[in-house]
Amino acid sequence: MKKTLRLVLRSILVLLVLMFIYLPVAWLVISSTSTRSELLSTPIHWIPQQPTFQNYINILSPAQGTSEVAKTFRITLWNSLLVAASVTVIALVFGSLASYALIRLRFPFRQPMLIGILATRMIPEISLVIPLYLFATRFGLFNSPAILIITYLSFALPFAIWLMAAFFDTIPVELEDAARIDGCNRLETLWRIILPISAPGLVSTGLFVFLTAWDEFFFALILTSTVSAKTVPVAIAEFTGRYVVDVGGMMTGGVLAAIPPVLLSLIFQRYIVSGLTAGAVKG
Amino acid sequence: MQRKRTLAQQDSIVGFALILPSLIIILGISLQPIVSTLYLSVFEIQRGINAQQTFVGLGNYAALLSDPVFWLTIRRTLYFTIVSVGLELVLGLAIAQLIHSHPPGWQFLRTSLIIPWAVPTIVNGTMWRWIYNADYGALNGILFQLGLIEKYIPWLTKPDVAMNLVILADIWHSVPFIALILQAALATLPADLEEAAAVDGANALQRFWLIRLPLLRPAILVALIIRTVEAFRAFDIIYVITNGGPANSTVTISFLTYLETFSFGHVGRGSALSFLISVFTLIMAFIYIRMLYRPEEKL
Repeated sequence: MKKTLRLVLRSILVLLVLMFIYLPVAWLVISSTSTRSELLSTPIHWIPQQPTFQNYINILSPAQGTSEVAKTFRITLWNSLLVAASVTVIALVFGSLASYALIRLRFPFRQPMLIGILATRMIPEISLVIPLYLFATRFGLFNSPAILIITYLSFALPFAIWLMAAFFDTIPVELEDAARIDGCNRLETLWRIILPISAPGLVSTGLFVFLTAWDEFFFALILTSTVSAKTVPVAIAEFTGRYVVDVGGMMTGGVLAAIPPVLLSLIFQRYIVSGLTAGAVKG
Repeated sequence: MQRKRTLAQQDSIVGFALILPSLIIILGISLQPIVSTLYLSVFEIQRGINAQQTFVGLGNYAALLSDPVFWLTIRRTLYFTIVSVGLELVLGLAIAQLIHSHPPGWQFLRTSLIIPWAVPTIVNGTMWRWIYNADYGALNGILFQLGLIEKYIPWLTKPDVAMNLVILADIWHSVPFIALILQAALATLPADLEEAAAVDGANALQRFWLIRLPLLRPAILVALIIRTVEAFRAFDIIYVITNGGPANSTVTISFLTYLETFSFGHVGRGSALSFLISVFTLIMAFIYIRMLYRPEEKL
């Protein structure tokens, strides 16, 4: 009897948490498929009477979407992808090399460097932005994807080093010793032995860096001014701030901006949980 | 002996070569800007046509510390940080425990937690702002249809309510992070300790307080520090939900720095604020690293 009661209670709690998670998301998706008149009706149409995918068609097919909202989202989605992908590749290449050296090789100042890098991971963007802004305007990099890629590395690179270090730490040294005895030098060992077994770590790290870069807002807000470099979060924030606003179009932009990170995280679920643990608690 | 030394030397050279690109990038875009901010913070800087720079020493800091607006902002930032992180920790721990007890649907719940965590912060903010909308928002809609309110309420125009609504949006986004970390930590705890305690007559509450919680302590502290640093610098979600309003009631320290520097053009003052945030963050980072790497442990 007591057991049944406990089971019922727990099931109710699960249901409540699921509602808290899904209701806001459901409302976001419903709003994106509602017509303007239904969105602005009282009492609220919880289920749209005439659901429409026009907002999605406007943004996704260049021939259709001539409205400002649609055009902006199309271009800024592309900018976001370009910046996040570039940052991910650069952070993975330099970050994994550096973290391998920090974890495996003995050389002077190794430990202070590792600690210093861990500390920079936590520095907020607001602490860096003023000189970076002055730098960007002085060297003509203001409002370019390049300045976003450069500045995003300030959090992406330490983050990548940190995650990869936790990962390299779990690879047994014996594997490398065996390769060394077989006559491989450090770089050959890194390339032939370590890199192949690091694939999961690289996927997990790449995923986290991509998600963080895709999510980034502050640098993009300060360092861009037009659609030639603006990213999707900035576009969404701008539309949110206006009085007369195309709510449906904005919610559609929100859904489209959320789809890549949500899908990636769900597909690579296993890596996310292990990455969170490795990144936060020492692996 | 001879061979050993050459190996060590080879390691040193390869090590520096591998780390050099990252070191240059980090020095250039993280360390240099912090030093530069410190430098800018001792000047009074006018931007625009009559651009000029006057050395004021610690004047900017002195002005800040004697400004009631600064202290009000600190209080607000602390309120936001303590309330949001506190609630997130309690809820996150509760959800982690729930998942750990493996009720029906626990795997689906664990997967679902990833969604709010993965939704971009700005999308999260926009979504909640629309929910809170005074005229067409879902919050008013639900409360009205349930008969809990008699007429629609403009939530985000109420200074005492706005901050708490921002906190609610932050909770939606961040509780999953804590829940996921803590449920992973729970899964690694040995079960035999609690079983032994149960045999010895400890009740559920005692087992939780005296065994489970102390074992979870490292994971909780890590989640706590990461979230505290994040909440202390919160900007994005405030920008998009309230833009600092109403009547500055949601202006936190990052937002004040942004306003001073980029809206009012007080670059020197903004730099002083920005440097104070760096100092606070570095102290937190230091505590965090000390906790992760106990002295007896080698890196």
